Amino acid sequence: MSEPLIFHFDVDGENFTSAGQASTQVKKNLRQLGLSPDIIRRVSIAMYEGEINMVIHADGGTADVGVTEEYVEIVLKDHGPGIPNVEQAMQEGFSTATDTIRSLGFGAGMGLPNMKRYTDSMEIDTVVGVGTTITMRVNL
Amino acid sequence: MKISMIRDLLDAEVLCSEESLDHEVYSACGSDMMSDVLAYVKDQAVLLTGLVNPQVIRTAEMMDMVCIVFVRSKRPTPAMVQMAEADGIVVMATSKRMYEACGMLYANGLIGTATHV
Ligand SMILES: Nc1ncnc2c1ncn2[C@@H]1O[C@H](COP(=O)(O)OP(=O)(O)O)[C@@H](O)[C@H]1O
Ligand SMILES: [Mg+2]
Repeated sequence: MSEPLIFHFDVDGENFTSAGQASTQVKKNLRQLGLSPDIIRRVSIAMYEGEINMVIHADGGTADVGVTEEYVEIVLKDHGPGIPNVEQAMQEGFSTATDTIRSLGFGAGMGLPNMKRYTDSMEIDTVVGVGTTITMRVNL
Repeated sequence: MKISMIRDLLDAEVLCSEESLDHEVYSACGSDMMSDVLAYVKDQAVLLTGLVNPQVIRTAEMMDMVCIVFVRSKRPTPAMVQMAEADGIVVMATSKRMYEACGMLYANGLIGTATHV
């Protein structure tokens, strides 16, 4: 593959049930490309957590996944409230999620730390009131 | 431990993917918080949970898990069972509560793992 492959998804912010569909599809696509199970798992988990965050914290957004010969890049972009204090948000256990979200199994404050743990690089570009773009890479 | 032994120990009802009951599994985890499950990636094969929504199936898919046990008589919806079946994941339901179910599997040699990536 010389041309980088790009997969694009719209993530519906209204629908908790469908959250994770993009990650499921990416997992299938990466399997077809023949990437190693370990890489695929890391990409899928990081993207899944990010996708869930877009749904529960930011009314949805878009996900773009690019595959080159060197890495898989995941770009998650939303026009939600932004993150006022990134350092705090990155701490394990920090969460502003509601009890409703917690009763659905999320809101443990482990999403962003998990995303960082499973990727080789992660950048958070966020402006309060404007939105958040998270760019993650997993090296091949 | 074979997945069929999990069924026997927990007196569970298998809801899909019976063809994989012979599959061997070596570790499990029990939780109602999916992000906690997602934090420990190393070959977790079995998920025990009392949470019922499609994200349970997605979490198992992302983790390459092969078996989900719903505890304390929780029932997944037909749509959830279909999702799991499409991925070859064995789904079962038991009336046992989380503590007892985990304890029985652990005591019979299915230990947890706590390795971060
Ligand atoms: N896309 C986002 N838009 C706005 N806020 C976010 C976004 N992602 C994460 N956050 C904030 O960062 C916190 C920590 O995120 P995370 O570690 O995923 O934990 P959780 O989602 O369980 O709350 C969230 O509670 C929320 O306040
Ligand atoms: Mg989160």
